[in-house]
This record gives sequence, structure tokens and C-alpha cells, in this order.
Amino acid sequence: MIHTFEMFDKYIALDVNSGCVHELDKLSYDVLNFLDIKGLDPEDDEALFKTVGEFRREYSSEDIAEVIEDLAELKRNDMLWAEDDFVYNDELKKNAPVKAMCLHISHDCNLRCKYCFADEGKYHTDCRELMSAETGKRAMDYLVRNSGSRRNLEVDFFGGEPLMNFEAVKEIVSYARELEKKHDKVFRFTITTNGILLNDDKLDFINREMGNIVLSIDGRKEVNDRVRFRADGTGSYDSIVPAFQKTAESRGQDNYYVRGTFTRYNLDFSKDVLHLADLGFKQISVEPVVCGEETDYSLREQDLPRIFDEYENLVREYVARKKEGRGFNFFHFMIDLDEGPCIIKRVSGCGCGCEYIAVAPNGDVYPCHQFVGSEEYKMGSIYDEGELDRDLRNKFAACNIYSKPDCRDCFAKFFCSGGCVANACLINGSINKPHKLSCEMMRKRVECSLYAKAALAE
Amino acid sequence: MKRIKTLNSATLKKSACKGGCGECQTSCQSACKTSCTVANQKCENEER
Ligand code: SF4
Ligand code: SF4
Ligand code: SF4
Repeated sequence: MIHTFEMFDKYIALDVNSGCVHELDKLSYDVLNFLDIKGLDPEDDEALFKTVGEFRREYSSEDIAEVIEDLAELKRNDMLWAEDDFVYNDELKKNAPVKAMCLHISHDCNLRCKYCFADEGKYHTDCRELMSAETGKRAMDYLVRNSGSRRNLEVDFFGGEPLMNFEAVKEIVSYARELEKKHDKVFRFTITTNGILLNDDKLDFINREMGNIVLSIDGRKEVNDRVRFRADGTGSYDSIVPAFQKTAESRGQDNYYVRGTFTRYNLDFSKDVLHLADLGFKQISVEPVVCGEETDYSLREQDLPRIFDEYENLVREYVARKKEGRGFNFFHFMIDLDEGPCIIKRVSGCGCGCEYIAVAPNGDVYPCHQFVGSEEYKMGSIYDEGELDRDLRNKFAACNIYSKPDCRDCFAKFFCSGGCVANACLINGSINKPHKLSCEMMRKRVECSLYAKAALAE
Repeated sequence: MKRIKTLNSATLKKSACKGGCGECQTSCQSACKTSCTVANQKCENEER
């Protein structure tokens, strides 16, 4: 499978199954597309004959012959038209140990963000609840017990707002550090915060103990404050910006993300990303809001052309700034073409419901943070002696890019890995039916990332 | 090649042999929490 596209001054081809990316000139781009669409093999004489016939007005037959020879060579080297002969074994994931946990340390929040999938921390239950340190510690025991031979264990403190229950965070971390030694494991902690309660003490602790911190901010003040505000309606921007700048600096501008959401209110989100870059942040992630189409801030299919333009604006500026030596990282444009994840990881996806689970404040277990509170997807509790709901676990384990018809034929499959299962379930009602709008945006981002690679390789 | 510049080598298939160790970061733990983003994760397997 080959995917070709033009962006700005570049002609790019991705050979999906080998992962090879080629930058072409107009002639070779036209010839490649012609052969691919017509199903012609560059090694057959027929290919040359037909291609010359097609392009005789534009290109000389010598040039065409030369290009076809090059394409044939790439094909022989498995760098174009590579077969998809990878055989994926479902069992791998079915029996995979649990290695990552999202700990819902606080189902309470000091902001009232409009689009919050956590329902302002309540997660569609009637109560605002904090996780006790005791439950957190039992969750750490549970993780160690179920992690088999995996050494690196990941725990994300999530909410609601985790800093509202920071004493418990501290106790849980120090308990986990004891377990590390006893069981020869390495705990990697991360925390996601809206920043309202961030102070020096907490920051010291976080910088000492946590491998990553995700700082929620949406971009420009008016954009941020329209959706991220306190219970009294006041916006969060003015108090979080200085706190986040300090945090980023204190971590050497690495191992953190400022993380924003864009909605229909700011379809010009490239300005928000650049605003964050102008504030000095080097690690930035701004992502589309995820929700059904019923609210006035939901993204809709008709917004796609606008969103695509924005991603292009963004990548152009992203490349320009990198070339000027004042670059920043944008999470969704970061692709490692040489040493990225192995194909097994790319096929199996996010690991939700198998390798990765979320734990609610009361100890209930869900496939991931986005399912928390949904009775249908409750898999058990860390307090149960037995194992998690086998049927649910197997259902999630069986989900991979080959189990979804849409993904099988998608050029982005080895970058995207099958999309967010939670979106598929919560919006489309089926684990194997990816959310179309998210897919369109994902594919555009993959193109932009490949363009950036080509532009920066100059 | 005069007209085609290849940006990387074909490593995807080879990665199956020693891959799948499961030691790398789970995608949603890194930043996103709303989308499966795998291609930008770092591989932690030194044997590969
Ligand atoms: S650490 Fe590397 S080899 Fe192991 S599963 Fe992750 S990407 Fe694959
Ligand atoms: S973009 Fe959509 S169709 Fe393509 S791999 Fe991702 S989830 Fe599947
Ligand atoms: S289902 Fe979606 S939100 Fe949940 S872990 Fe997977 S990618 Fe992340």
C-alpha cells in the first residue's frame, strides 16, 4: 500500500508496510501515482510503455525510463509496494500483564471546564470523591502483583484535579518506592494538573519524583478562559501561566507538556499553539476536543477543511522555527522514522483494558480513564481477589488494527495504531468502529509530520 | 537516485523479531489522554 500527497512544495510517498518515506520530484511523483493506480509493476515492460504513452506530452521517455528503473529498485529492496506479511497474534495481548495505571486520585476539581470528559471530576456519578491513600497503596500492590515480568511500571495521577489530594499522592509515591526495591520494579510517575494549586513545595516533590507532568492550558487567554474557568466564572489563564512557565523552566524545558484542547470555538488553533510557543514552552500538545456532535463547541465534519488548513499553517511555522533555531516540539508532529516503536506495538494500540487500566477513587477498575464511571465497562476492583472481568479484557485484547476494517485499509495505521478505543465505544458504540472525524484529523497530522521530516531533512 | 530521496530505511518489518517486549510507555500516559498516539513513543528495548 502506498500513500502519496503533496504539501506546499513537496511531493511525498509513504510506503505503508515498510514504513519508508520518500520525497519525490513532480515527474517521479506522477509516474509513481500512475503505476500505483493502474496496478502496474515497474519491472514489467508494459509499465514503461503505458507510462510513456500517458505522459508523452510532459516528460521525455528517457526521464520516464530512468524513474521507472529507480522505482523498480525501491520495490526490489522492499521500500515500495512492500507486502503486509506481518502476522499478529492476539494471544500476546490477552495474556499481557498490567503495566500502566491511571490513578483517579481526585474526582473533584477546582475548575469547571466546559468540555471536560470527566464531568468536572464527578465522572457521571453524583459525588465528588477523593481517593484515600490506602486505596492508592492497594492499587500499587495490585499493579506489582499483576505486572508479571514487566519491569517498567507507569502510574499517572489523574483527576479531576490531582493537586486537590496531594497528601495522598505523596504517600502513594513513597509506598511505591518501597515496593520498587522489594520487587525489582521501576515506577515512573506522571501527573496531570490544571495548575491552580501548583506551588513551590508541590513542584519540588513533582520534579523529584515524576518523569512527566502534563499542564492543562488551551492557548490564548480569551480561548483558555472561555472554557477553562473556576466555579465563580473567573478564567484560569492569569494564574496558571506564570506557574507553568516556572514549572517548565525548573524541568529544563523537558519532560513536561503544556496540553491544550481545541474546540469549535477556536478553529484557528494554530494561533494557540504558537501562543504557547511564544510564552516560552518547548513541549506542546494541543488536541481536538472529543465529544459527540451535539454541543456548540463540538467539532463537526464541515469544520474539517478549516482544521486541515490550520494543521498546515502550524507545520509550516513549526518547520520555520526549527530551522531558525527557536523550535518547539508539537506532540502530534513528533515521529521517529528510524527508531520508533516496533510493529507489534503499532499494531496492538493503546493497550487499554489489558496493559493499561484506570482505577477510580473507590478502587473500581475500568479499561482506561475515559471509561471511568461507565457501569457497562466496569472490569472489577483492585480489592477483588480474583481476576478482572475476562470477557471485557478479551474484548479489549482482541482489538488491533487488523480487527478493524477501517484501519486495515488506512495509510496511517502504523502511526495511529487504531485510534482511541474509548472514542469508538463512547461515540460509535463499537470498539471496532473508529470515530471518523478523529481519523480524518489523525491522517492529516501524519501527513504534516511526514512533511516536517522531509522539510527538516533538507 | 536523482529524483527520489528516501528519508529512512525499511525497519518496520524487522522490528517484529525482537519487538513486543512491552517495556515502553503506554501511549495515553504521555500527554494525550484522548487519542491513541503511538508512533512518537520511544522504544525502550536495547536489544532491538
Ligand atoms: S519497548 Fe520497543 S520493542 Fe518493546 S514493545 Fe515497546 S516499541 Fe516494541
Ligand atoms: S486513522 Fe482511523 S482508520 Fe486509520 S488507523 Fe487510525 S483509527 Fe484506524
Ligand atoms: S482508549 Fe483512548 S483514551 Fe483510552 S487509553 Fe486508549 S487511546 Fe487513551
